[in-house]
Parts: sequence; structure tokens; C-alpha cells
Amino acid sequence: MKVVDNLLGKVRPVFEKGGRFEKFWPVFDALETFAFVPDHTTKNGAHIRDAIDMKRTMFLVIVAMVPALLFGMYNLGYQHYMAIGQEATLIDMFVFGLIKTIPIIIVSYGVGLGVEFVFCIIKGHAIYEGFLVSGMLIPLIMPVDIPLWMVAVATAFSVVFVKEVFGGTGMNILNVALTARAFIFFAYPTEMSGNKVWISLNGEGAVDGYTGETLLGQAVGLEGNVGFHDVAGTAYASIADSFWASFVGLIPGSIGETSALAVLIGAAILIWTGIASWRIIFWGLIGGAVMGMIFNLVGPSISPENMYLQVPWWHQLVMGGFLFGVVFMATDPVSAAQTTRGKVIYGFLIGLLGILIRVVNPAYPEGIMMAILFMNVMAPTIDHYVVQANINKRLKRLKTAKTTA
Amino acid sequence: MSELGVAEKSAVKREVVSKEPLFSAKNKRLLTDPLDDDNPITVQVLGICSALAITVQVQQAVVMSLSVVFVMLFGNIIISVFRNAIPSRIRIIVMLVVVASLVILVDEVLKAFLPDISERLSVFVGLIITNCIIMGRFEAFAMGNKVFPSALDGIGNAIGYAWILVAVAVVREIFGSGAISFPGVGQIKFIPAEFFDFGYYNNNLMILPPMALIVVGIIIWIQRARNTKLIEEN
Repeated sequence: MKVVDNLLGKVRPVFEKGGRFEKFWPVFDALETFAFVPDHTTKNGAHIRDAIDMKRTMFLVIVAMVPALLFGMYNLGYQHYMAIGQEATLIDMFVFGLIKTIPIIIVSYGVGLGVEFVFCIIKGHAIYEGFLVSGMLIPLIMPVDIPLWMVAVATAFSVVFVKEVFGGTGMNILNVALTARAFIFFAYPTEMSGNKVWISLNGEGAVDGYTGETLLGQAVGLEGNVGFHDVAGTAYASIADSFWASFVGLIPGSIGETSALAVLIGAAILIWTGIASWRIIFWGLIGGAVMGMIFNLVGPSISPENMYLQVPWWHQLVMGGFLFGVVFMATDPVSAAQTTRGKVIYGFLIGLLGILIRVVNPAYPEGIMMAILFMNVMAPTIDHYVVQANINKRLKRLKTAKTTA
Repeated sequence: MSELGVAEKSAVKREVVSKEPLFSAKNKRLLTDPLDDDNPITVQVLGICSALAITVQVQQAVVMSLSVVFVMLFGNIIISVFRNAIPSRIRIIVMLVVVASLVILVDEVLKAFLPDISERLSVFVGLIITNCIIMGRFEAFAMGNKVFPSALDGIGNAIGYAWILVAVAVVREIFGSGAISFPGVGQIKFIPAEFFDFGYYNNNLMILPPMALIVVGIIIWIQRARNTKLIEEN
């Protein structure tokens, strides 16, 4: 630590006003405050500050994502070796996933922070850490074999058009990571949907009966009864079995979103540290459960041949990226609703719409992505009406107080 | 018509004094202003619907632009010729009749000579009638100015609309289809085949309408970065 401190102190004058690299001060500042608690003091206004600044907040979110990331790496290897029908040790599986994931993480961070640095230097303000979380979320919601240049293009697109043009960190109108995914989903659909992209065969032949479908993909084509099978084509013995497989996360899917368990550990960290709003997560789950129950209730009577409607609601919640979206994406403090009651409505509708889109429109299996982006756009409207309702309530109270007095 | 911007209202006051050279500075500005400072799409934000709908291919955009140039030019001339004869209470109806007749003329010509493109443009030729730019120029300029300035104003605004349309279409077709197709010449590839060998894909999002809005946004961004007097004070 002392070495780093000395080094930073030595190069400091070059970046300060009048120095040779004056323009690159934001870069220096970012590195310095990343390593050490800044000695900045407040100049006016409130003088008591919480020790948890934006950098530490972002860092805690990344810590919350670590279980999902580690499990995702393991699961990549698990699915790979199962698909090619080979025995492998836990270490083999993990290393396989690690090799697949690291390049995506590097590209996502490299491009995103690069864009951020460029904008900070042009605008001449300090670099904010908003991208630390997005840069980690992007790899977690990508299919394993996504071409790296697509990750780069999508990341650059979403950082520029969702965040920077609206004013940078804290001003993004949509969730940055989710926009990157939506960009690839619409721009390069062959790499983001279908049966081929979720498991890396790595050029090796697959076992007989191999299907690369995710559970969501299988659910669209269910016939006769509700039942799923794993990558090697072996059917799960019961619906409870496939539930547990999805809960633990040993199913194909995007890198970090398969395991409901790992996501819930992350959710516990976020709620315990008070960073994510428990209301959004809780009501998101309720919304999804309600929609699932509605389908379970009316499914047999309105459309008996559509088995997707009869997938039990508790199974719906652990399939696909629903939980991951609700915990890590919907709770983005900038693009979510700000008012307490607004958060309830916002979370509930995300859950409701997520399951609704997924079941009703087979073209969008990952309904939660659309639901969150849509509700991001609606969040300011929700807040407006919540605030107006409160104002009207208080005006009415004032009126009654005057008449009785 | 409620969309008329402040820019147009000020244009009404720009009365042309008689006995001046054919291409005086004032007349020249009628031609050049709509290209940049007073662009109908990027500054006045009119005629956006067609900019989203028919900019997937360059040839569609070019045909659409030429149609609008024609309608705009002759519409402005006709309205300007009759400006003193048109009773102001029914002027909107008269303008609609003029623009509708011109559009039907264009539509029939396209159907006769360019049936493919006419089919692809479908309703959007007919919808030139509702293009806010055209009614806006009739109301704001041709009703109050002589024939020659009105003609210049018509051409200027139509070309201001056209270059944005074509610019958006060029970007969308290159990145969406990898090549631009010209009638008679065929496709000219802009993305080399080696790119596709290395795993390049055409961007499907470019073909979807939202991307037109984003491309227009980028043009506005560049324009305002260059031309700082367009930036509003808050």
C-alpha cells in the first residue's frame, strides 16, 4: 500500500492543473480514489458524510454478484461435459467456465470504461464508478459463446446511448447492462436466442439425444404434460426434480443467471447492506407469482393444449433469468421508481409483465428483459402519479381541517 | 398544424422587398437555412414519421425525397400565386386540395414507371399529404410571399428534409444489409466479404424503426456540436 501511495504521489504533479497531462486528471483521480479513501472535504452544505460512497456501494453490489458468477463458471463446465458425455472433475468444470468467461468480462470492462474515460475527459469531470456494476452484469447475462466483438459493440452502444447522452452516471434512463443484452437480442438474434447458443460444445461432438434448449425453450413446445429434460435429453423424474435443478442452477442458460440459489445469496447481501430495495425484489416476486397463478387457474379452461400455462407458478419463478432480473436489474437505483409506493407498483408490474410476456409471446422467451426495460421507461410516470396522489390527499385533509375549524 | 415551430412564425415576417436581384443574400438564405440552421427534421422536428418508415433502403429514401421536392416546389408556387385569392377562413382546405392533387399525381407516376418501389413505399406516398413540413411551409411562407421566394423556400425545405432522409438511409442500409442496392446497377457491397468470414453479422436492429430515431438523434448531436447557436438555454 505504501508503495502505491508513493507512486501516486510522485506522478501526481503531472496530472494537476498546469501539468503535462492536465487533461487526464479524471483518470488519475479515479485510480487514486479507488485505492485510497479520498481526503476531500466538503466545502458547503452537509458536513456529515456516510463513509459508504459510490465506489464502495458499487463494490458491494459486485460482491453480491460473486456467488452467481462463480456458480455460473462451474455450470458452464458442467453443461459442457454433460453435453459431450464426458466425466470431469469439479476443477475441470470450473476451469472450463473460467476460460470462457474471463474474455467476456475483460471486453465488457475494457470497452465500457474506455467509453466512460473518453466522455469524462471531454466533459472534464471526475470519473464515476457507475460502470463497475454494469461491466460485471453484462457478462453474466450473455450466452457463453457470444462473439467478443458483439459484446464490445453492445456495451459501447448502451453506455453511450443510454447513459452518456443523458448525462453520465446517475442519469441513465434504462438499465445499461440490460440494454446491452436487448441490443444483441434484436441486432444479432442468432447469437442470443434459439437452441444453439446456451451451451458451449467447443467443437466436440454431442451425445445422442442432446438438445441445447433452455427450460424456457422447452416450455414453449410442451405437449401433453408439463415435464422437462436436461441437456443430455434425459427427462427429469418429476416436476419437483426440474424445480430443484433450476433452483440450484444446473440448467443451460446465460452465464450467471441460471442459479436461483446464488442469486438469492446475492439478494440477501444486497438487502442486508441496504443497497437494493427489498420492496422491488419482494413485490417483483409477488407479481411473478400472481401472474403464474392466474395462468395455472385459467389455463386448463381457456387453452387446454397450451401446456406453458400449466407450468406451476413456483416453477416459473426459478426458470430463466426472472430472479436474476428482479434482484440485480430491477433494483438499479437510478432507473427504478424512487417513491416508496412507486417501488411497490414498479416491482409488482415487472414481475407480472415478465411472466406474461414470457408465456404469451414465444418470440420473447426472456420476458423479464422486456418487462424491466419497459418499466424503466414507465418509472418516472409512476413516481409522478404517486407524488400527485399524496399532494391531493393532503390538500383534501387541509380542506376538511378548514371546514371543521 | 399546431406543431408549427417558432422558427416558422418568424419566417412569416420575412417579407421580401420588391426590386431586388434574383439571388440576393436574402433569397439565398431561403435556400440554405433549411439545410442546417432551420432544418425541418433535426431542428423543427417535423416529418419524423416518414423518416422512420422509409429509410431502410436508400432508393426508397431517394424516391420519397424527390416526391417531396416536387410536391413542395409546385405546392408552394400554386399557393403563392393564389395567395390573394384564397379566403383566409377556408385556406387550410384549399391547401389540402392543392397538396392532395399533387400527391395523387406523384403516386400515379410512380405506379406507372416504378411499380416495385411504389409498392414498397405503399401508403407513405399518400401520407405526404399529412407531412407537417408541407402544410407548414404553405401556411407560414407561401401564403405571405411572392412566387419566386416561395419556390426557393419550397426547394430549400424539401432538400433539407431530403438530405437527412438519405443520410439516415445510407447508414441504415450499410449496417443493416451490408450493401446498398441501386436500381439498374444492383447491389454495391460496402462491408468487405472478409468481415463476414471473420464472423461479422449485419445488424438486424438497423432495419427496425427505432434505429432510424437513434440515427436521427446522432445527426442532431453532431449538428449541435458544430452549430452551438442551436442549443437552447435552460
